[in-house]
Amino acid sequence: MFKSNVQRRLWMDKVMVGTVAACAMVAIVPLLWILATAVYSGLPALSWEFLTQEPGAVGAGLISIGPAIQGTIILIGLSTLLGTPVGIMGGIYLAEFGQGGWLAKQIRFFMDVFIQVPSIVLGIFAFLAVVLILGHFSVWAGGFALSLIMFPIVARATEEAIRMVPWTYREAGAALGLTKMIITLRIVLSQAKKGIITGVLLSVSRVGGETAPLIMTVVGSSVFFDDFDTPMDALPLRIWRFSLQPYDEARIAGWGAAFTLLLVIFAIHLGVRLFFMREHGGKGLRGVLQLGRRVK
Amino acid sequence: MSVLTKQKKPDSELDREQRYKMVTENVNIYYGDVHAVKDLSMRFPERSVTALIGPSGCGKTTYLRCLNRMHDMTQNARVEGRVLLDDADLYDGNVDPIYHRRKVGMVFQKPNPFPTMSIYDNVVAGVKLNGVRNRKILDEIVEDCLNMAYLWDEVRDILRKPAMELSGGQQQRLCIARALAIQPEVLLMDEPASALDPIATQKIEETINELKQDYCIIIVTHNMQQAMRCSDYTGFMYLGSLIEHGRTKQVFERPRDRLTAKYVEGQFG
Repeated sequence: MFKSNVQRRLWMDKVMVGTVAACAMVAIVPLLWILATAVYSGLPALSWEFLTQEPGAVGAGLISIGPAIQGTIILIGLSTLLGTPVGIMGGIYLAEFGQGGWLAKQIRFFMDVFIQVPSIVLGIFAFLAVVLILGHFSVWAGGFALSLIMFPIVARATEEAIRMVPWTYREAGAALGLTKMIITLRIVLSQAKKGIITGVLLSVSRVGGETAPLIMTVVGSSVFFDDFDTPMDALPLRIWRFSLQPYDEARIAGWGAAFTLLLVIFAIHLGVRLFFMREHGGKGLRGVLQLGRRVK
Repeated sequence: MSVLTKQKKPDSELDREQRYKMVTENVNIYYGDVHAVKDLSMRFPERSVTALIGPSGCGKTTYLRCLNRMHDMTQNARVEGRVLLDDADLYDGNVDPIYHRRKVGMVFQKPNPFPTMSIYDNVVAGVKLNGVRNRKILDEIVEDCLNMAYLWDEVRDILRKPAMELSGGQQQRLCIARALAIQPEVLLMDEPASALDPIATQKIEETINELKQDYCIIIVTHNMQQAMRCSDYTGFMYLGSLIEHGRTKQVFERPRDRLTAKYVEGQFG
């Protein structure tokens, strides 16, 4: 009787593992599909001119995304500069100082709501708060709108990463007579670094693909960047514009731009991880690829 | 001459000879509504090792943690009474706990070297993060403290390696070195060898024996043999109260309290 029971349980075990694996597959198939489509449809569009020139008129035989690539990189840089310091410091406050207090609870709730807000709403807010006040569309407005998307993501990621750091290290720091600020900045933060960087990268990917807030702020342009006070192009905007056009040329260029956006985001991820995480789990690429592993 | 006065002798001897480094008077510690340590008064002589023994949950660790205001880090913990270090009250409301914590070092039950730092940086963490930057001074501190913790010979060539690459016993001695680096006057040890194998334990005990030449050491331990081996005085705690406190030999060989006798004979615990 006992034996048959064991067999039934072993069988159930296999069924469960199979189900879980199948679900994982189902989740990853669309992802690979999207990637494959982007590569397949986008690759033919890529050329040196396509990536580096200013876009001409459709039909003129020159459709390029140079300014869009440049604009996306500038926007990501600007929004990271504006959004991450606020986000990281906010996260530190929530995890170490506010903790379960009333104020921290309100802030946390507000951040969670903020993460859910449709990005176009933030775009409209940036339009009202920056564009209307300055009187013109600008890179500043775009960076501001994107940093609004970024900071709650970074703050919550920072908070979670800091909470993962075992309490015993804070006690060890306190027992050495260190102040709370030093313990947080020099001991806790260095252990939470990985999680924080992952959070920042997630938010970079998120804002890198945002289109709606950019329509309200940087609008788009067909020339290279020259001033923070003027409109600028960006890859999502360019993809969107291409997609509105009824020409085959534009469709292919749109795929090319989408593929380029993927490459830009991928390059940022790889670069940041190579730079910040060298010392974890081996050197160079190997260390980066082992990133998913938990530290002891 | 009654039996009573005879029995009292070790204590009065102690009173004359010793200067006390740390004194607690009527300490009560609460976690919310739980009264964890009850009315505990104890004196810790200079240059000696005092062991706190007792069954699990008797409040040893809780009491030890109040000696460097570690309870300030715990929500809903409350400490009442006086804790004196050289006649200065640790719980004087005007003094930030960091001043006392620099004088009272602590070694925890589980080795907890800072995982992102090298062996070298771990030792000087307390000094460096408190503002000392002079390379020569730091080098000296590292060598001295690792020597005191009996670790120097094992790590002298790998000082720049991550601390997490050391074995558990080495990590614990590294934590001792780290605690010594801030030049404390008292060293608190919370079951420092409970997570270690017998060989590492022996090394830690040798370290303790060496350190007591200079420090007042207070050690919490589950292990009665360990208390016998490396302490001069022993306090037996039960259900949050101090049952007996005296010279280690006396507590183990001629306990005055029935409960102590039962515990050291291994009848409960």
